[in-house]
Amino acid sequence: MSNPLISVRGLTKVFGDFTAVNGIDFDVAKGESFGLLGPNGAGKSTTMRILAATSTRTSGTVEILGKDPEQFGPLVRAHLGVVPQQDNLDNELTVTENLYIYGRYFGLSKKFIKNKIEELLEFAQLEEKRDVKVEALSGGMKRRLTIARGLVSEPDILLLDEPTTGLDPQARHILWDRLFRLKEQGVTLVLTTHFMDEAEQLCDRLVVMDKGSIMAEGSPAGLIKEYSSKEVLEVRFGSDRNKEVAPQLAQICERMETLPDRLLMYTEDGEQLLEQITAMKLHPTTSLVRRSSLEDVFLRLTGRTLIE
Amino acid sequence: MKTAVQIAESRKSSAMFAGRPHVLLERGWIAFRTSTWIPVVTGFIEPVLFLLAFGYGMGSLVGDVTTGNTTIDYTLFIAPGLLANSAMNGAIYDSTWNVFWKLNESKLYKTMLSTPLGPLDIALGEITWALIRGLVYSLGFLTVVTALGLTPSFWAILAIPAASLIAFGFASFGMAITSYFKTYQQMGFINIVLLPMTLFSGSLYPISVYPDWLEKIIMALPLWHGIELVRAFWFGNLTSGVFVHIAYFLVMIAVGLFVTSRRLRALFLR
Repeated sequence: MSNPLISVRGLTKVFGDFTAVNGIDFDVAKGESFGLLGPNGAGKSTTMRILAATSTRTSGTVEILGKDPEQFGPLVRAHLGVVPQQDNLDNELTVTENLYIYGRYFGLSKKFIKNKIEELLEFAQLEEKRDVKVEALSGGMKRRLTIARGLVSEPDILLLDEPTTGLDPQARHILWDRLFRLKEQGVTLVLTTHFMDEAEQLCDRLVVMDKGSIMAEGSPAGLIKEYSSKEVLEVRFGSDRNKEVAPQLAQICERMETLPDRLLMYTEDGEQLLEQITAMKLHPTTSLVRRSSLEDVFLRLTGRTLIE
Repeated sequence: MKTAVQIAESRKSSAMFAGRPHVLLERGWIAFRTSTWIPVVTGFIEPVLFLLAFGYGMGSLVGDVTTGNTTIDYTLFIAPGLLANSAMNGAIYDSTWNVFWKLNESKLYKTMLSTPLGPLDIALGEITWALIRGLVYSLGFLTVVTALGLTPSFWAILAIPAASLIAFGFASFGMAITSYFKTYQQMGFINIVLLPMTLFSGSLYPISVYPDWLEKIIMALPLWHGIELVRAFWFGNLTSGVFVHIAYFLVMIAVGLFVTSRRLRALFLR
């Protein structure tokens, strides 16, 4: 990658005798939407805090626009918009006051911020809530305001840590739409998530992380192609029988994963496989044919599911 | 119009300081405008009530007080001590409980440190805000006292810079100590120290009434230095002791600022 905005090599972070991040490498190009996908405790948030210049590293190198965040903390932070995992809006202030004072933390002029606020309120669809104290906002509104706040300084890179965790489906879709707009405007997005659908929707490229290491890297479609089959047949025989029939079924598909409640059978043609099972006189209580997803990639790579 | 990056580049800001502590005051003012005024008013009224209750109540029993070689009316004696107290109260209120809230509950400092602001910006800004509150309290008290005719000399005007110094010292030290506390129970220690210090530091009577050992302990505590400083200006009693009191507070300010900014860094930028 020529002139990446973010360049990470051999990044390691150790807390006491626990290695949270274990020698990871990646680059992020300008205008790219890059994701860190992995379960809780994979080291995603630790990596994000190091990128955000609010945490130090144990070893390795990190460059953000060619600068080491540890050495040039304030300067690197001036390039970034940060949306943390937990909303940390200023509850004593209103919606516009939150945007205003955050811009002031960056040293921006009052006039610049006042103009910017109108644009951001529209982006966050919060025009009608402008003078409301943020405590009274819904979860989805708070999230949108936190993102809008991160944009007040017109950052080169927006860092989003678990942007839709804890939101209901409708609020998630509104948020994805907003983030997609940013992506279209050319803002570089770096986000962590443990939702595979979110990663598929928003990321051009992602790394799959587990236990502090990168397991795989690629586009969502590329990863699925590389690590999984085209389709998946999910069958349930009831929790006792699942294990019983598993060896038999493993013979007739490319690969199989045995989960406590169901069997995942990887194949190019799910319907045909289901017919085969019926022909074998094994009658599953439920069955479902679906496309392979990043969840399957993760299962293949780690032997575990993303959300446990 | 400058961008955030150009601003950060032009300031040559270090990891500790971006040169913008004033934005903390701006934030404090925006939050204060719409917040409840009740705790502010009660904080100001407390020393006024002490002055009325002790000055006119106890004062009628005590009569005059002799300190050194001057004898003065009791109410006049306690007024400067209570002024020092009100400067301390105002500064402590913001630099302990409010700071504790912003450190541990609202995580405001953590948010600020994800912007180009540095720990020293936060320490200086918050301490100045607390110091202003202490100063406003003591100005209010001074107004009441002057209206009651208890300011003996023109020197009393110097009580204002003295009160600022006291408020600065307590704000700085208060924030430094609070940065080590994680629970509300630990915060209780602050009151355990403050209450006896307030009662014993000689605002209500000269500490020469104590046994020698107790007098020495009180003289090591900051409030006594504050009270003596205000009293020295109040009565135009300018001895070399004044410099010791000033030096005491300057050290307190420096230590508080140093510890606070180091602690903020250790807490949020590690």
